[in-house]
This record gives sequence, C-alpha cells and structure tokens, in this order.
Amino acid sequence: MSNTFAAFVSIGFHGLAFAMVLYLISVGLSVTMGMMGFVNLAHGVFAMLGGYVLTSLMSRMGVPFGLALIAAFLATALGSLILERLLYRRLYGGDELDQVLLTMGLIFMSVAAATYVWGPLQQPMHPPRWLSGQLDFGFRSFPGYRSFLILCGAGLVIGLWLGLERTRFGMKVRAAVDNLRMAQSVGINTSRLFALTFALGSGLAGLGGALGADLLAINPSYALDNLVYFLIVVAVGGLGSIRGPFIAAVLIGIADTGFKYLLPELGAFFIYALTMALLLWRPRGLFGRA
Amino acid sequence: MLQQKIAGLALAAAALGALAMPAAAQTVKIGFIDTYSGPFAQAGDELDKGVKLYIKEHEKDLPPGVKIELVTRDDTGPNPDVAKRVAQELITRDHVQLLAGEIASPNAAAIAPLTAEAKIPFVIMNAAGVNIPRISPYVVRVSFTLWQISLPMGQWAAKNGFKKAYVAVSDFIPGHDAEAAFTKGFTDNGGEIIGTTRIPLSQLDFTPILQRIKDAKPQAVFIFVPAGKYATAVMKAWADLGLKDAGIQLVTTQDVMLDEELPNMGDIPLGIVSAGNYSSAATRPQNKAFLSAWNQAYTEKAIPDMFSVGGWDGMAAIFDMIKATKGKFTPDEAMNFFKTWKNPESPRGPIAIDPETRDIIQNIYLRRVEKVDGRLANVEFETIPQVKDPWKELNPPK
Amino acid sequence: MATEGLVRPRLKPAPRAPLAPQQAIDAFARRHRYRWWEALPWAAAIAAYVLFPSYLPLGAQILATILFALSADLVLGYAGIVTLGHAAFFGTGAYTAGILAVHGWGEPITGLLAGTAAAALIGFVSGWIVLRTTGLTLLMQTLVVATLLYEAANKASWLTGGDDGLQGMEVWPIFGQFRFDMFGRTGYLYCLAVLFLCWLFARHIVYSPFGRSLTGIRENVRRMHAIGAPVRRRRLIIYTIAAGLAGTAGALIAQTTGFVGLSFLNLERSGGVLIMLIIGGVGRLYGAFIGVPLYMIAQNRFSEIEPVYWYFWIGLLMVLVVVFARGGILGLSERLRQ
Repeated sequence: MSNTFAAFVSIGFHGLAFAMVLYLISVGLSVTMGMMGFVNLAHGVFAMLGGYVLTSLMSRMGVPFGLALIAAFLATALGSLILERLLYRRLYGGDELDQVLLTMGLIFMSVAAATYVWGPLQQPMHPPRWLSGQLDFGFRSFPGYRSFLILCGAGLVIGLWLGLERTRFGMKVRAAVDNLRMAQSVGINTSRLFALTFALGSGLAGLGGALGADLLAINPSYALDNLVYFLIVVAVGGLGSIRGPFIAAVLIGIADTGFKYLLPELGAFFIYALTMALLLWRPRGLFGRA
Repeated sequence: MLQQKIAGLALAAAALGALAMPAAAQTVKIGFIDTYSGPFAQAGDELDKGVKLYIKEHEKDLPPGVKIELVTRDDTGPNPDVAKRVAQELITRDHVQLLAGEIASPNAAAIAPLTAEAKIPFVIMNAAGVNIPRISPYVVRVSFTLWQISLPMGQWAAKNGFKKAYVAVSDFIPGHDAEAAFTKGFTDNGGEIIGTTRIPLSQLDFTPILQRIKDAKPQAVFIFVPAGKYATAVMKAWADLGLKDAGIQLVTTQDVMLDEELPNMGDIPLGIVSAGNYSSAATRPQNKAFLSAWNQAYTEKAIPDMFSVGGWDGMAAIFDMIKATKGKFTPDEAMNFFKTWKNPESPRGPIAIDPETRDIIQNIYLRRVEKVDGRLANVEFETIPQVKDPWKELNPPK
Repeated sequence: MATEGLVRPRLKPAPRAPLAPQQAIDAFARRHRYRWWEALPWAAAIAAYVLFPSYLPLGAQILATILFALSADLVLGYAGIVTLGHAAFFGTGAYTAGILAVHGWGEPITGLLAGTAAAALIGFVSGWIVLRTTGLTLLMQTLVVATLLYEAANKASWLTGGDDGLQGMEVWPIFGQFRFDMFGRTGYLYCLAVLFLCWLFARHIVYSPFGRSLTGIRENVRRMHAIGAPVRRRRLIIYTIAAGLAGTAGALIAQTTGFVGLSFLNLERSGGVLIMLIIGGVGRLYGAFIGVPLYMIAQNRFSEIEPVYWYFWIGLLMVLVVVFARGGILGLSERLRQ
C-alpha cells in the first residue's frame, strides 16, 4: 500500500469517526436554534455531562458499556428538561444578548461544578474489551472502537432521520421549524414540543459526548473548549436543518483530521478560515433557508 | 558531609547567638508560587506536597529563634500575567525575602525580570525553560532542563540499535528544547530523523498525528508533551492505534511517564523507555527514606514524582541557606550560598548547583516501564552521572 | 426586538405636552452637560491611589479593563451588535504595543497609538466583512474572526511567542521621565489618564447626533432605513471606533504588565468583558465603571481563597442577572428609584 493511499485512508477513517461525534452533539443545537431561535452556547455542557455519566458509571461502578450509554442519554435529557422548564423557557423569542449571557453563565457554572465533582483532570475512557485494540480488515487494520463509533453513529443518524420523517412527533418538529406561528395556529402545543425537542436534542448531545469521550476528552472546560466546533457545524450546516449539519460535520471532521495529519503545525487555522469563507458565501449555511 | 558540617556550624553559631540575644525571633518570609487550579493543578499538588513535607520533617532543624513563613499563591496555570502580578504583590505587599516554586516556564520567565529589579532570590522548583536563569542573576534552579534530559535520551536511542526515529513535540518552548536536544543526541551518534512534527497545545486528540507516525514506519519515536492531560491523551492514542504491536519503540521524557499516572494506564506503557532525573521506584537508600516519610505524611495512593522531588530539594537548599546565615541574609549572600550549594543526599542522587549557570548538575537516569510487585514502575537501568545543562555549554553567554 | 429589559435612562417617552421649541433646545443642551455624579468614578480612582498603594498593579488592570468594557458598550449597548469576538481588537492592540516594545521601540505613547490604530484597522476590515449580516450569523462571524486571529497569533510564534507568550518587553519611561515602577504607581496613573481621555471621547460620540442615530438603528433598523440613514456605514464607523478603543485597552495592559499572551485573544476574554459590562449595565456608558471593578475585585479576593468556586458563583450571578435583574446593577437601581 503506497504511503499516499495509506494517508488518504487514515484521514478518511478518523475524519468520519470525528464527524459522527460532531453530528450527534450538534444536531440538537441546530434544531433548538432553528426552531426556538435560541442561542444556546451551553449546549456543550450536555455533551460533557453525558461523557461524565458514562465514564463514572463504567470506571467507578463497573456498569456495562451499553447500559452506561443509555444512562448518559437519559440523564442528560432529564437534566436539560429541568433547565429548559426553569430557565430557557423564559427567554424564548427574547433578546439574543440575554440568551448569550444566560448560557455563558451556565457554562461557567458547569466548569466549576465539574471540577468540584470530578476534579480538574480529564476522565479516562476505557472502551469495553471487545472494542479495544485493532480490527483487521484484511488490507489493513483499524482501531476497533472508532470503527464501532462510525457504525453506531451511522445507525443513530439513520434512525433519527427516519424518526423525523415518519413519526407524528417528527412532523410536528418539522412544522414548527418551518413556520412556528402556523404550527401554533393549527393546534400544536409548541411549549410541550419545545421541551421534548430540547430534551431529545440534549440527550443526543449527551450520547455524542459519551460515545466521543475518546476523541473529545471529558474535562471541566469541555463546553468552552469545543464550543466553536459545535457552533461551526450548526452555522455551516444551516440553522434548523437536520441534514445540513451532517454534511457540515463530515466536511469539518475530515478537513480537521486532514490538517492535523498533514499539517499539524497549522492547528485549526484552516478550519476557521474555511468556515469564514463558507459563511460569507452562504450566510445562512449550506442548507439554511433564506 | 559538607551539609552536616554546615548544619553543625550553624547550630553552634546559633547557640552562641541565642546566648547573646535571647528569643530574638527571626522570621524568614518565603513567597511560594504554585499552580492550585486549572488543568495543571495535579502537578502543583505534587510540588506543594514535596515542599510541605520537607518543612514538616526539618522545621525542628532550623536555628533556634528562626522561623519560616510560607506565603502561598496560586498562579492558575500557564498564565504569565497572573504569575507576574502575584509575584509583584508578594514582593511589594507581603515583603517576602525569597521567591520559590513555579511549575510553568512562561510564568517563571515573566517573574525573573522582577527578581532582578527587586533583588529577590528566586528558587525555581520545576519550570524547565532552558534560558530562564540567564534572565536574572537572582534565579537559581533545582529541577532540570529539557536539554539535560532529552539529549541523553537521543544518545541512548542511537547507541541501542535505533537508526530511524520520528520526533513529535508540543509546540511551545520546552517542546522546542526537547526536539532540538533529542535530535542532536540522536544524529550525533549516527541516527536519522525521518520526520519532525510540532503539535499545537490546543490539540488534545493525538490520533491523527500518531496515525501519521505509524504510517511513516520509524523504528523509534520520541514524544514530548506536558505532563497531565496531554500525556494521558498521548498514551491513549498510542494504545488505540497499536503502535507497539507495529514494532515502534516509544522513547520519551519523564513528563509523559509520570510515576503517579502509571497506575491509570493499564498495561499499555510496558517497555517504554524514558529519561528523567527521578523515579519513585529508585532503590537508593535516600529515596527509601524519602518514600517512608512521604507515605507517613500522605497515606493512600499519593505517589511522589519529579515535581515533589523538585519541591523537596528546593526547600532543602533554602533551609541550608537559612541555617548557614542564621536567618539573616542579604539577597547577594543568599545567592552566593545557592551558587555553591550541594546535596549528596537527595532522593534523586547527588546534586549540586553549577555556579556558572545557576542550574543543577545531577544524574540522569534511563528508565524502562516494568512491573514491580504487580505495579507498573519506571525502573532505572542506566545512569549517566553528573550531567550539566548541555544547552548552556553549546550556547555560551554573549 | 425585545429589549424592554434594557431600560435606558435617556430614552424615556417624551412628556405629554409638546415641548415648545425653546424648551426642546434646552432639554437637548442639558443632556450634554456634565452632572455632578459623573465625577464620582474619578474621585474614587484618585482616592484608591492614595488609600491602597499596594494594590496599584491590580488597580491599573481594572482601569484598562474598564476601557475595554466601555468599548464593548459602544458596540453592544449603542449599536446593538452582539459580538463574541471583541477580544480580537483587545489582543491586536496588546500584541502591537508588545511587539514594538520587544523589538526596540518601547516609547509608550506611540506604542499605545500604534495599538489603537492596528486594532481600528482590524475592526474596519472585519466589520466591513461581517456587518452585512445580523443575528446568529453575525455572532458566529465575530467569534470566527477572533478565533482566526487567535490561531494566527498562535502560529506566528516567531513574532508573538505563541503559547509561551511575548516575553522581554522593554517599555521606556513615559515622556522619558516616569519609569514603570514595580509598585505600579506610574502604570496606574497612566491608565487613569488614558481612560479619562477615552471616556471624554466616548461620551462625546454618544451624545452627538451620530450617537443618537446609532440608538435609532438599534431600536428600529427599518425606520432608520426608511428615513434614509446610511445604516451600514454608521454601524461600521462605530464598530471601528470601538475596536480602536479596545486596542487602546489591550495596549495599556500590555505596557503596564509587560506581557502579552494568547489569552488576550480567546473566547473567555470576549465573554468575560460582556459579563462585566452586563453586570454593570449595558447602554449606559457607566455600566463599565461599576461592573468591572466589582467583578475584578471580587475575582481577586475569591480566587485567593478558592478559584474553582469563583467560576460557579459568577456563573450563577449571570443567570440571576438575566432572569431577575435585566439591565444590570444600573438598571436595578433605576427601577428601585422609580
């Protein structure tokens, strides 16, 4: 296998794994921003929470991986639901500045709370034995956990898309994103819809944070460190879009991995330059509506 | 021996002094700057433990009537502006006579000019940036430089059958030092560097770069990243990508193989070779004595590492100076004492300050990760005695 | 726009009875006049110099940060541009002054002016690009501009020192006379003088017809378009001015602390200045004078005790401000008075 080809395969593989994590975390953000018009900078807090739930359950209580994943989803969904009812709801349709402040405040609190509970160090994530090590695919071997990540991510994405296409809940969500007033006037209980969507989106972020604890290390400043990545995926994908962020996540994931592999010295500079260019070209993102 | 002599003299002198001036309480104020918050708090904690342990064990040895007061401040991690302000406040508000501590090199470099202006001796207990003692004549360092550690690592690798190596370091001054030193040691002894990468500190996922190294198929790879979360992340990616099974030898510095981190790494690090100035697994009697004091003070799982020993030896230097001067010293007297300070009884072996550079002369050990009594440990297998900082010899002051 | 939370003192509805032309003229003229309480912050700053001589280094940083928050107020409070990238200009000013001082030009006043000019230039160019959009996209673009600069500074380590920060600045005495001493006396007075001049300038802008038209743009963009105001150009002008002032603040901190690092450009810096401003009160010109000292003194006290908890309480405070005390401390005191 030639070196160029090996590099190509490596970048594609790791980029795709990263993209899955980015998408799972960001899709909920896209929907809350698009549907409720809410600038939720604290979205990463939910991903971090999912990661902490998973790593604590697995390493401190010996809970099996699969169960810990479900717990991560449920815990973040529930936690976000409480925050939504208590705080977020007050600011729907309000001033962007207030939303920015509220969610920045939540980020700060999460940094302190996570340090208090889990300490300043990052949480080690040990995948189950059957996923650690290398998987031999014949022509070359790949890390087992990341292969699982890609498959699992793909499954979740397909499930999510089908769910939004085929179910009644999905129809309501799409209706509310398209035209909130119309949706209200045809009798959709948007307050409940918001809460459920918010919880689902945050739960997915928690799941993404848990699955991706290996790539985006779980530590107290997680929400702050990765905020720009999540926002970029949403902004490039287009607010309120479900599929846009997927394309954006794949683009960003592969480009980011590629730069880190080929030109690590340049850091994330190109990613931001690329984002800037995309946003100038299409201010509403690749799939945003005008 | 010398130390004992000085201590004896000091005791005798102190006894005389005590007769002449009964109960003249003399307090030496030391400003101790360490990292207690942020991602480097773990290293700061190890340093703090080393310092406090030395004080606890040796407070009774101070000359009668002399006390020390440690004024502790947090620099919050590599934030030179905070560190500098904290040092400024210690000097102008708390009127400390000595400064000590400092984990991060940029912080120490920001504090150094102040020590020259205020004439306050500054005992650096970790910060390893190679040229810091040149910034101010009031700086003395008891830790190490990355040149001192990485150059022997490069020499060892080249002499032990590795011909092609890849170098990957964090993109900041200590990383650049490690890269240059390893490269020199390795190529001077016939090795060839097939690739060099500097990784931004903002990047915590090392998979892409380790995958690239794996694809490049070197015989050995030299990695330097800061201790703590970076080191953990490197080992994680190292294991995931199976570089060991691909027959690549990892050689590194003690920062990546911290003693207290080893228990969290599973069996991954077995066989990794690193260079360093201290391993808690060392079997010297001085280290055994140190460990038993440590275990008594900090039960549980606390394991001392290079930071703790830096703190311990730094306090030893300060205590010896106080004993020699009975707690009354001018900044220049203190510096003159530090410049010729020696300690044959350090847990890391015999150490001495080089009067020319105010940096430390010490043994550098090559260590391999092995299982000892069911626990992973950095087992010393080769000693390079009394290494001076090579950079200062290669780059004499202008 | 739902901005009712941000009560603005000078935007109260006009009295019922129509004003006679002369009265109206008087009312407008009065608005420009200095009121007695506007001297309070300056009196306090001078008193602090006398009373707390060992806290002057912190005091100088507070004064410079007030200027930074004041510049953010012009963008946020007067032009209504929500930005997450204001640190871009602060950092540009700091690096410009710092790099000059490292490379042999340590004259502080010209360094300060160079920092201001460089930041204003970056403000003009980036503003020209990003002010085409509004809302979320604008927010993202300001964030990306700052992040790009951060990465650029990180990469150009031969110039900026990268992650290690810019070391070895040598700032010359002011007017060749007053050395920057270790006790921070010179630094404090220097920051105070610069802040005072910049405040006069900002006050002048805010009360000028240009300033009023900005308020109009913030309150109702469509109407301003309809009456033919050059909306985009005016927003660009205030953005550039505010960027310049943020650059001045950055250069001040660089010169008084003798250090510039990447943290001057990061998201925490951009977010932090918003927080301080909002705690004091947005769109009032004086919010910065209340929010910044409160925040920084509390941070200094708390972080000596337990820095980790400090972040928790400041986060909680922000949440409470948004939920219960929109308009910050000044807004709260106005409501209490009513």
